[in-house]
Amino acid sequence: MSANRPKDAITRNGPLTRLNHWLTGLCFVLLMLSGLAMFHPYFSWLSFLFGGGQWMRAVHPWFGIALVASFFGLFVQFWRCNLWKREDTEWVKNVDKLLKGQEEGMPEIGRFNAGQKGVFWGMALLIPVLFVSGLLIWEYYFGHATTIPVQRIALLIHSAAAIGVILIWIVHVYAAIWVKGSMRAMIRGWVTPGWARHHHPKWFRALVETGSSGPTPNPKPGNRAP
Amino acid sequence: MADLQSQNYIRRSATTMTPPTTRSNVEEVAKLIDVSRCIGCKACQSACMEWNDLRPEMEEFQGAYENPHDLNPGVWTLMRFTEYENDSGDLEWLIRKDGCMHCEDPGCLKACPAPGAIVQYANGIVDFISDACIGCGYCIKGCPFNIPRVSEKDHKSYKCTLCSDRVAVGLEPACVKTCPTGAIMFGTKAEMKDWAEERIDELKSRGFEHAGLYDPAEVGGTHVMYVLHHADKPSLYAGLPDNPRISPIIGLWKNVLKPVALAGIAFAAVGAFVHGILAGPMEVGEEDEAKAREEIERRKTS
Repeated sequence: MSANRPKDAITRNGPLTRLNHWLTGLCFVLLMLSGLAMFHPYFSWLSFLFGGGQWMRAVHPWFGIALVASFFGLFVQFWRCNLWKREDTEWVKNVDKLLKGQEEGMPEIGRFNAGQKGVFWGMALLIPVLFVSGLLIWEYYFGHATTIPVQRIALLIHSAAAIGVILIWIVHVYAAIWVKGSMRAMIRGWVTPGWARHHHPKWFRALVETGSSGPTPNPKPGNRAP
Repeated sequence: MADLQSQNYIRRSATTMTPPTTRSNVEEVAKLIDVSRCIGCKACQSACMEWNDLRPEMEEFQGAYENPHDLNPGVWTLMRFTEYENDSGDLEWLIRKDGCMHCEDPGCLKACPAPGAIVQYANGIVDFISDACIGCGYCIKGCPFNIPRVSEKDHKSYKCTLCSDRVAVGLEPACVKTCPTGAIMFGTKAEMKDWAEERIDELKSRGFEHAGLYDPAEVGGTHVMYVLHHADKPSLYAGLPDNPRISPIIGLWKNVLKPVALAGIAFAAVGAFVHGILAGPMEVGEEDEAKAREEIERRKTS
């Protein structure tokens, strides 16, 4: 692959996963900018990015449809690895220490930690809420499909859920900046063995034991990989 | 309508700044619709279309007195007809000219996300500035009277302007000018209230003991008012809301969620930044790499 990818590098995210992720991210940012512009006058000026208010209003729902389709791709790839484990509860209990930079005593975790799982399930829950409430307030196609009182509730839910995903997104982006190496893992796709062992020891060992270079362990004859 | 510089704004949608307010001698206006004097001739509808150059598409006859059957982007006022059998078994034909009420506290303006797409002049008229309208339909959700309609052609929201262009140059609205029975009156809000009182006294003397003025306080009063023979039951008149108010859902959205959300986003962003500065990055050292290499080697040799 890349010329300066180390020989012993571990693939964290394959090319399809990365494309899928960044398509979702692009849709998300466009939705966030146009959505905020329609939520608070402080952000109204962002409408120029979309060719003015009319265009912004027109494209926002289509970005939403694209995001739902794209996120579905991520969901299919990631849901199994995001199932909640006992060590995740332990991780959450000790998250304050982690934030202070004290990593001793943190439980050994697999491919994703509880924070990442929180981001995943938060998005997986709120994106469908945004999708359905968004359809109800899509004036052009569904303006007459439901009653005005229903649309008012949909509008409130859509705004509240949008704020929810934006907060999750801030956590997600900051975590990627904070934990060095994770940005490269999503742009170039690989991490060093030390990174994998340090941040995701169970995942690292599962890969090493099956001789896999990532992102998932090779299937073992007889019993299934964790 | 157009942006009329000859009139002060007192409210402007999606704006945090004070709109220009230098003209201080502006009197509040009102249109008074005396339902008891309306004969349902629809001249006001025609006059509205004529002055505003509206030619809505011809519709199918729906078996009702209303024509067309509802307000639409090209129909800013509409006669609505109700056949009401009163307590003594007599038929009353209640005819109400429906259209924008020009609320003192306009729900459409509160809900509108487009800066300057909805404005309120110092004289009380609530106007849609089509040029700034983005066609989202939030005004429809904000309105307690179900008035605005978004055009499917140009994606702009439309409603009665109270002929703000005519009023700005000292004329009365087109519907007022054309009404053959004087059921629609126009003047300062104070004058119209006085006139309404006289009419109500007369209606009471004729036996309409519940006659009264419809100027709902929940929306701060309106700049279009009705004299109703049955002011105790406004909903008799083709569903005129008994207690119109901006939906509490809209209040929750604009008064609570909007500031809380902004604070939450700011808190999260600033919090992340401060953490980044104070705690520093989470890095993996050479030690980790060495240990990892060791494990891989061990696996290979075993």
